Amino acid sequence: MDNLLWIFISALLVNNFVLAYFLGLCPFLGVSNSLETSARLGLATTFVMLVTAVCAWLLNTYVLVYAPYLRLICFIVVIASTVQFIEMLIKKLSPALFRAMGIFLPLITTNCAILGLAIFATNRGYGFWEGIVYALGAGIGFTLALVLLAGLREESELSDIPKLIQGTAMNLIIAGILSMAFMGFAGLFSHT
Amino acid sequence: MNAPGRQAPVSSLRLVMTLAIAGLLSGVAIIAIYESTLPTITANKARELREAVFKVLPGVEQMQALVYRDGELVAVEAPEKDEPVVYGGYDQSGEFAGYAIPAQGPGFQDTIALIYGYKPGEKMVVGMEVLESRETPGLGDKIYKDADFVGAFRALAVEPEIIAVKKGTRTQPNQIDAITGATISSKAVVRIINEAHAAWSEQLEEGQ
Amino acid sequence: MKQNQSREELVKGIWRDNPVFAQVLGMCPMLAVTNSAINAVAMGMATFFVLVGSSFLVSTFRHLIPKQVRISCFIIIIATFVTIADYTLLAVVPALHKELGAFIPLIVANCLILGRQEAFASRHPTKLAVLDAVGMASGFLLALLSLGAVREILGDGALFGIRLFGENFEPWVIMILPPGGFLTLGVILLFFNWFKTKKDEFLEDVAAAQRSEG
Repeated sequence: MDNLLWIFISALLVNNFVLAYFLGLCPFLGVSNSLETSARLGLATTFVMLVTAVCAWLLNTYVLVYAPYLRLICFIVVIASTVQFIEMLIKKLSPALFRAMGIFLPLITTNCAILGLAIFATNRGYGFWEGIVYALGAGIGFTLALVLLAGLREESELSDIPKLIQGTAMNLIIAGILSMAFMGFAGLFSHT
Repeated sequence: MNAPGRQAPVSSLRLVMTLAIAGLLSGVAIIAIYESTLPTITANKARELREAVFKVLPGVEQMQALVYRDGELVAVEAPEKDEPVVYGGYDQSGEFAGYAIPAQGPGFQDTIALIYGYKPGEKMVVGMEVLESRETPGLGDKIYKDADFVGAFRALAVEPEIIAVKKGTRTQPNQIDAITGATISSKAVVRIINEAHAAWSEQLEEGQ
Repeated sequence: MKQNQSREELVKGIWRDNPVFAQVLGMCPMLAVTNSAINAVAMGMATFFVLVGSSFLVSTFRHLIPKQVRISCFIIIIATFVTIADYTLLAVVPALHKELGAFIPLIVANCLILGRQEAFASRHPTKLAVLDAVGMASGFLLALLSLGAVREILGDGALFGIRLFGENFEPWVIMILPPGGFLTLGVILLFFNWFKTKKDEFLEDVAAAQRSEG
């Protein structure tokens, strides 16, 4: 139990996917200009991450034991097709849910955070539950970073900023400061 | 600008065939590179492990992987996946010299993986080497860069369990000076060894 | 004219359309592995190999790949090259491979590579495609190297592991930590923007001067 909690907190705060591992930066910088869109993208990403964790576990347990060298190709192909399948399923079953996060699904599949999750979970030898918890932590952590940046950007639109620094340069600097703040979470689990 | 492929409708058979051929060729290429690099990679890994074991157990020249099965330590060629393993070290004349025990646990940033040498007769740690860590450069990474800290593991009693104390206040054989500015990382290393010792000590006693 | 075009395809990636500074592509590996110059170079070389290799294959077989499955084919080709790079690095330089860790497989997800296949290699003859890939990859390598060098000098007081300052230098540790990556790239982009603005102003001035003369 202790171990699962450590995995969750570690993925959520200490080793936040965006702010410590730089994964999923494209949506982080591209989409995070409104709070609502960010929250929905975060939700969709968390969902895809959970699917990925299950796929990666299945592949690792049943396929890749025999052919470790096919890991990368298997991950990409299986994750992409599973997400596509689920997208169709959601479209059929719940149009409301599809409207909330459906449009993001194809975009997310090619996101490095998703592939990163599968690879990190494999490298650390996570089992089924550990993988699920890790995906949950990483997904919520991603959402958190996205929502925080979106909030800061909405604020900054009202202030008077030199034209030169507007855009990506400023987002990166904001992200740097956020990342610094998140470093404060390091060591949460080392105090005994 | 000529768009890729032709505008005319393409039969699904051709689509499937293209993907199948691409997959096949890529598979062949990957297997070729895997097979041709595998010997080097395996040799590299084995050498790294051997060097680490020899470093934490001074004077050792041979090693043997040991696992605990059905109440005793058995020598194995390669441990099964996820099976805890220790390495027995033997000196030049083939005498048993001690165990090298790999262990890991949470550090300041991420998991710290290390290996330590242990002499069961004296209940002493005789060496420690960090294998993997993402501790803060300049601060936490002193757990393997600080010569005093690493050196302190060359003679350290593990019973009662190791205690990290403030630098310069060490009085007992089971105490170790924590690194100034890297207290949490030093304590993490100590805790990882204590936990591994608690898990292994009885099994290693029985295995004698 | 033909000669000019080839040179143009090669050069544009290095500065004007630099994948990182001008297009802001391929950021994940960009920031994650640039905490030292040597890591940055290794990552840049691996990306170079993958990008040039896949561009060559994609443009050579561009008439054979049906449009409907092109993205899947591109990804298979890229993933194959990445796997090759991964195993080669693991066999030849295991210590460096350990440092780069999981970020080598993540080259697959680098939008720069797939982007070049879709936008350029699949529509141009082999020679131009390779030149374009070499240019873009060099630009990427250059960007990685400048970021890695800045971060290593400030954060560790060294370049390629060689000490640059005396004993009294207090390293600016934050620079080799994640926040340093964001901040350094932010500042470099700022400089790039400033340079571009200045250049545009200069060109306008020149044009205005010419108009008044004529």
